Order: sequence, then structure tokens, then C-alpha cells
Amino acid sequence: MKSERVAAIVGVAESDLGETPGKTVLQLQAQAAKAALEDAGLTKDDVDAVFTAGNWAWSPTMMLAEYLGIRPRFTDGTNIGGSSFEAHVGHAAAGIRAGLFEVALVTYGSTQRSDRSRRRPPASPQLTAQYELPYGLPTPVGAYALAAMRHMHQYGTTSEQLAEIAVATRKWAMLNEKAMMREPITIEDVLRSRWIAEPLHLLDCCLVTDGGGAVVIASARKAPLAAKPPVWVLGHGETHTHNTIVNMPDLTVTGARESGRRAFEMAGVTHDELDVVEIYDSFTITVLLTLEALGFCEPGEGGAFVSGQRTAPGGDFPMNTNGGGLSYCHPGMYGIFLLIEAVRQLRGECGPRQVPGARLALVHGTGGVLSSTATVILGRD
Amino acid sequence: MPNPWPKPEVDGDSRPFWEGLNQGELRIQRCEDCERHIFYPRSICPHCFSDRVRWVLASGRGRIYSYTVVHRAQGPFAEEAPYVVAIVELEEGVRMMSRIVGPREEVAVEKPVRVVFTRVDDELILPFFEVLKEG
Repeated sequence: MKSERVAAIVGVAESDLGETPGKTVLQLQAQAAKAALEDAGLTKDDVDAVFTAGNWAWSPTMMLAEYLGIRPRFTDGTNIGGSSFEAHVGHAAAGIRAGLFEVALVTYGSTQRSDRSRRRPPASPQLTAQYELPYGLPTPVGAYALAAMRHMHQYGTTSEQLAEIAVATRKWAMLNEKAMMREPITIEDVLRSRWIAEPLHLLDCCLVTDGGGAVVIASARKAPLAAKPPVWVLGHGETHTHNTIVNMPDLTVTGARESGRRAFEMAGVTHDELDVVEIYDSFTITVLLTLEALGFCEPGEGGAFVSGQRTAPGGDFPMNTNGGGLSYCHPGMYGIFLLIEAVRQLRGECGPRQVPGARLALVHGTGGVLSSTATVILGRD
Repeated sequence: MPNPWPKPEVDGDSRPFWEGLNQGELRIQRCEDCERHIFYPRSICPHCFSDRVRWVLASGRGRIYSYTVVHRAQGPFAEEAPYVVAIVELEEGVRMMSRIVGPREEVAVEKPVRVVFTRVDDELILPFFEVLKEG
């Protein structure tokens, strides 16, 4: 590890998760923000930068900051889908390095399960959406199914290999009392669950839940004032390679290849130094493609890499230790929960699912239809 | 009609494409400078940033780059499932989203296909594709 200590995550929290009828996205974010600042031992008056992503207002950062009573000197509403919050961490570290602010609050909230927002029929497609929406590809699952089918064709990847990921992730969820789905499942259960979009079954797909989260990031000067040991942002990288799935240059290679490479370089760490990885699992195929693109294995070897329950509790590659978007929660844009879990692992706060002695973690978000990626490498002293 | 197909909002980039379909033509673009084909249509070449792009007729032939069989469909498509949505790579090198019509057992990645102009309702013709018989 050669990287400088510039910015650290000092507070994390979830809001209520699962189904939160009657709660608004602002309530969930306020609940998470209050808890994350308490976790950090800071107050809202310490916050001088606000980050959020959502589509619940024309300017989500302005609505949120006003609701919370914060007048930031720096604001960032970057929305690149589920990886937005990993990008926010990178932007916050850059802003802190530039001396623009000292304490950033990153939040997310969604009531999509209570809203059943995904059942809304598509409107008249505009601009570049008009070349895709008329064909009836369900979004986002259909796009991920296209990627999975291509990967299977190109490399012989199997449904059983994808199912390994869902089964291992469920085993972690069984150790997390906040996880929504905690009944054990087998590879057969995944393969027997109904088709959503071939080759993806129901149990290859993430949950649809409500929920919110918050992360507090502080400068190296402020971090020692926090209540808990800092979790340093050692490296970060981001990219987006396309917007719609037809325009993805290669359906088997995600932007993780670039965002990951830059994050590793900045952090000055190698793959085998990592203790735990938290990888966006909107679908099982998302994880498999990401492992390859990040360089944990060669292209086409993702199926073999995850076989034999290697990523499950007790395996030699602890991954998605909270139970993931597949079994813990997934309120639309899941990336903030990856950060929350990685910080808790590095603090040693994870009880029965704790990865012993975890010091270095990789967090990787994926947004849109494999469109955007952002990678963050975190470490404790 | 209770479940109309979503109608594209025709604009300054897309008008020749949608009008072509009504005349049984699959129109794409080609850059006059770098000579590469372009789809979807736009006012500037995404390869070399030339603004000298012109419309050309596509051959209507290509291959299946990938596909999925949609079982759980949303909105106006819910009652049609299952159906096959694919990314088709045209001979000209550009990719487009489409449906594959015809027998399901013939659908596979890399299979050659050709365009079938399909009227989906009173207002909309879409370029679907069918698998070509081998040989």
C-alpha cells in the first residue's frame, strides 16, 4: 500500500429496509443520514458537501439538502445508476484533495417496492430510447440476459455456474439479520425457479425492496475527530462505456476493466492482498462479468472461478458478505449498500459474518445496463 | 386499444429511419469521411466526429449477436410473452435491437438473419428479423 491518506469513510448506516409503506424517500434518507452521522460522531453542521442520486426530483441534491437543513459548499448529483455512490466516493476524495470541503454526506433512498414503480408502462420513447423500447426488452433484466447469453455462447458458461453465485450469496444473507431472504437455497432451486428472461431465472435476479443508506466521508484532518477508526479511500476509478445495451462494445467485458485498473493503480495494491470484495449483484451475471473484468480471473473463466461455493462463508474468496442485492436488499440503486458493508467488515463489526482480520476491501458498483462502473478500494490502518 | 405499443417520438435524427420502414427500407447512416456505418442515426459520426453523415440502405442481412427469450414482460408487452428479443449485427457492422420471429428452436447466437418488416399496429412498422435457412 503506497497510497496517501486523504479521505476516509467515518460513518455508515442503513435506513429501514425491505418494505417501508408510508415512508418517503426523504424520510429514509434523513433516517440513514442521522444514523450515519451518529456513527461518525459528527453532526449535520459538520457537513459541507452533499451527494445523492435519484430521480425523485428535478434536482435531488437541492431537495434533499433543504429537507435536512444543510447548505453545502459543494454538491454533486451525479447519477450513473447503481454505481453512482462509488463514483460519489471518488468525487468526494477528489474534492477533499483539492481542499474544497472536509465532510461529505452521501445518501440514497428508494420506495420502489412500495411504489411498485417498475410496473409503470413505458411512455412514448424519446431520443435514443426510441430505437430500443418498441421491441419490448424488459429493463434492466433483459439486457443482462443478453449479456449472459453471449457469455454462454462465447465461453460455455452454464446456468449452474451462475446459480453458484446466488446460492453462496444466500448463505451470507443467512448470517445477516437485516437480509430479506434468509432461507437456504440450492443450485437446483435456482435452476427450477421460473424464467424471467432466458438464460436468467428468478433466483438469478436481485430483490425489489425499499430502503436507504448514508455514508460520511471526512478529510484526513477531520477523520481523527470521528468516533470510530477511519476507513481510508485508497483508490478509485469510474467509467461508462454505453447507455443502452445495443451500444455496449462487447457484451462480455464491462467498464470494470478500466475503473478497476485505475483503482488498483491508485491504491497500489494487488488482487491477492484483498480480504473481502463487495461486488454489485443486480443479477448473477453481473458478478461473473465483473470478476473477469476486474482481473480476478481471465475472460471466460468467471464460471469456473465461482464454482464450488468459493464465494460463500468459509470459502477462500469472501464476496457480498451482507447477502447482496440478491438476498439482502436492492432498492433500485444498490451501490451505497456495498460501501456500508465494506466499511463494517473493515471495522470488524459484522458478527457472525465477519471476515476475520479484514484490512483491505474492494467495492465495485455497476449501473444502468452494464453501462457504468465505479470501483473503490478501502483500507484500515 | 388497451395496450398500444410504445410509439417512438420521431425527431430530426430519426425521421428518415422511421419513414424508411413505412416504405419497406431499412435505412442506416454512413460517414463520408471515415466510411464507417452508423446506427442509431445521429448528426455527427461517433467514430471520427465528422458531420458529413448520409443515409444509405442497409442490406437487411446480418447475424444474431445475442438474444433472450422474454418470459416476464412489462407494460404493453405483458400478454405477448414469451418472445425473442435480439441484438442483430448487420452486414454493415452496426448493431440494432430487434425481435426474432419464426420457430424458436432455430434461434441461436451467430445464426444468419434477414429483416422482416412487420406491422405491429395501425401506426407502427418495425424491422424484425427471421433466421435464414442454412445453405
